[in-house]
Amino acid sequence: MIRIDAVTKRYPDGTVAVDRLSLEIPDRAITVLVGPSGCGKTTTLRMINRMVEPSEGSILLDGQDIRQQPVNTLRRSMGYVIQNAGLFQHRTILDNIATVPRLLGWSKQKARERAAELMERVGLDTALAKRYPYQLSGGQQQRVGVARALAADPPVLLMDEPFSAVDPIVRKGLQDELLRIQDELGKTIVFVTHDIDEAIKLGTMVAVLRTGGRLAQFAPPAELLSAPADPFVEDFLGADRGIRRLSFFPSAELELQTAPVVAIDAGAEKLASRGAAPYLLVTDVDGRPLGWGAPDDLTAGEIDRDRLLPYGRPFVPGTDSLRTALDGAVLSPTGWAVAVDGEGRAVGVVSQQVIGEAVRAAHTAGRPDAKAAR
Amino acid sequence: MSGFFDIPSDLQNSYFGLIGLHLREALLPVLAGLLVSLPVAQLCVRFRWLYPPVFGVTTVLYAIPSLAFFVVLIDYTGQTETTVMIPLAVYSLVVLVPAIVDGVRSVPPETLAAATAMGLGPVRRYLQVQLPIAVPAIIAGLRVATVSSISLVSVGMLIGNQGALGNLLHDAQIYNRPLLAVNSVVTTAVLAVLVDAVLVGVRVLLTPWMPKERAAR
Ligand SMILES: Nc1ncnc2c1ncn2[C@@H]1O[C@H](COP(=O)(O)OP(=O)(O)OP(=O)(O)O)[C@@H](O)[C@H]1O
Ligand SMILES: [Mg+2]
Repeated sequence: MIRIDAVTKRYPDGTVAVDRLSLEIPDRAITVLVGPSGCGKTTTLRMINRMVEPSEGSILLDGQDIRQQPVNTLRRSMGYVIQNAGLFQHRTILDNIATVPRLLGWSKQKARERAAELMERVGLDTALAKRYPYQLSGGQQQRVGVARALAADPPVLLMDEPFSAVDPIVRKGLQDELLRIQDELGKTIVFVTHDIDEAIKLGTMVAVLRTGGRLAQFAPPAELLSAPADPFVEDFLGADRGIRRLSFFPSAELELQTAPVVAIDAGAEKLASRGAAPYLLVTDVDGRPLGWGAPDDLTAGEIDRDRLLPYGRPFVPGTDSLRTALDGAVLSPTGWAVAVDGEGRAVGVVSQQVIGEAVRAAHTAGRPDAKAAR
Repeated sequence: MSGFFDIPSDLQNSYFGLIGLHLREALLPVLAGLLVSLPVAQLCVRFRWLYPPVFGVTTVLYAIPSLAFFVVLIDYTGQTETTVMIPLAVYSLVVLVPAIVDGVRSVPPETLAAATAMGLGPVRRYLQVQLPIAVPAIIAGLRVATVSSISLVSVGMLIGNQGALGNLLHDAQIYNRPLLAVNSVVTTAVLAVLVDAVLVGVRVLLTPWMPKERAAR
């Protein structure tokens, strides 16, 4: 465990970047430091690998002061990833990744084998191995940065806004990839970002820092959303924290209705027997949703696919959260969300009303399911 | 004995002998200048305040005419190649020091931070990261320094035939063979172009990592 103990950093010009900060960073989990620009996130991160030395206080790694081992030994036991990757432009991708193993005295051959293995792990085509950084996209470079940090299998990974320079779609891919790698490797990760959504998505624990380098709140993301410590944290979380909190509640318990789901080849009397639902969800013969139609239009004769209303974004009960389900209902012109299984076949529909009741029930029950966040 | 390539016997050298001499007198000073510039430039990068005075000194040295150097040096090193090469080495500093400083400073801060964070100490950081990335800038400096050195060697003729190809200019006058002067000028120019091309080739070999469109410059 990394333990930051009453650490203060005062730069020579008098700037207090971090002010009596204490944090217990849990092992094998992602701890996110988040806060507005200049609140001391980078400074805090760099104190952990001694690129910045604290003015007061101490940092313990597994109970031992980090100053007790040689600085470069400490650094080689901690992977470090930064914005824009900071790759060595004069080295091939493979040699970039092999840097720390080589420093640790591995043979060139072994270091390169390891590097190739890591390229696959972070989702890079090994055909890129002999390329130079300028020949890669920003997202690929960032993956190389992650692979390079993981190369010597360090127990600790320090990441300073690693995904902030890429576009939102690539960023989402990188975040998902990080969560997947973390599931496999279980590193102790300290992750810096100024993006609260990223913090909530990735963090097992989130530390919100305020300007002046003081800790505002240190809590799991669901708790942050449900019980912000003060107006600063609440403000930082943004306007829709209630909605975002729903991502911590599972959609598995939603009661689905199957009566309004009909296949496109269903006969007229079958359609007529579908009760009083204002709309029916029409699926193709395999059960994949096509769109909504009013019962009267549907019984009039051949179903015209082009006249069906769009059904918004479906959710997968059990995998997706209440937030996704609600989003599906809001996006759907009929106000009903469509539930599908893993193969995309409709398994039922659920109204906004029912989702609303589930939301209220979740709030009273209080204890969100941390797993549903992903 | 008065053809284009017939060298007067007072120079005690064949045409190709003169070329070899010329290259040695021009390139050794640049090499010496490079060896001095590397540590000086590194100090200038490490201690920022040092750079302006160092730059000032190299500029002042560059402004001293070579004749003045010769007058002083001749008492110590005599009418020798060394006397010609010392000022040339000093002149090369004015290009090489800024070139190396700029090159090393051009390393992106996040690259340096990454190197530090991975546990590269200052020496490794310099040799494995800063210097290789500075290679294009250093070679750009070397190109200017060598070309100017090749043309400056000729002044060595002023101290008793130590100007290699430059001596032909003097002989052209005393033997009334204007072709020798043409030979001197053309050969010197061709040498400069060839050496420059070699340096460009070295740069290309050393920097496969440069984007092609940037390398074209
Ligand atoms: N070397 C330094 N010397 C003096 N002040 C510094 C130095 N580095 C950072 N600071 C100051 O310390 C404060 C915290 O800086 P830090 O880089 O840790 O912020 P940050 O939270 O990472 O910000 P950002 O989100 O913009 O990266 C800022 O006010 C900054 O100006
Ligand atoms: Mg920062």
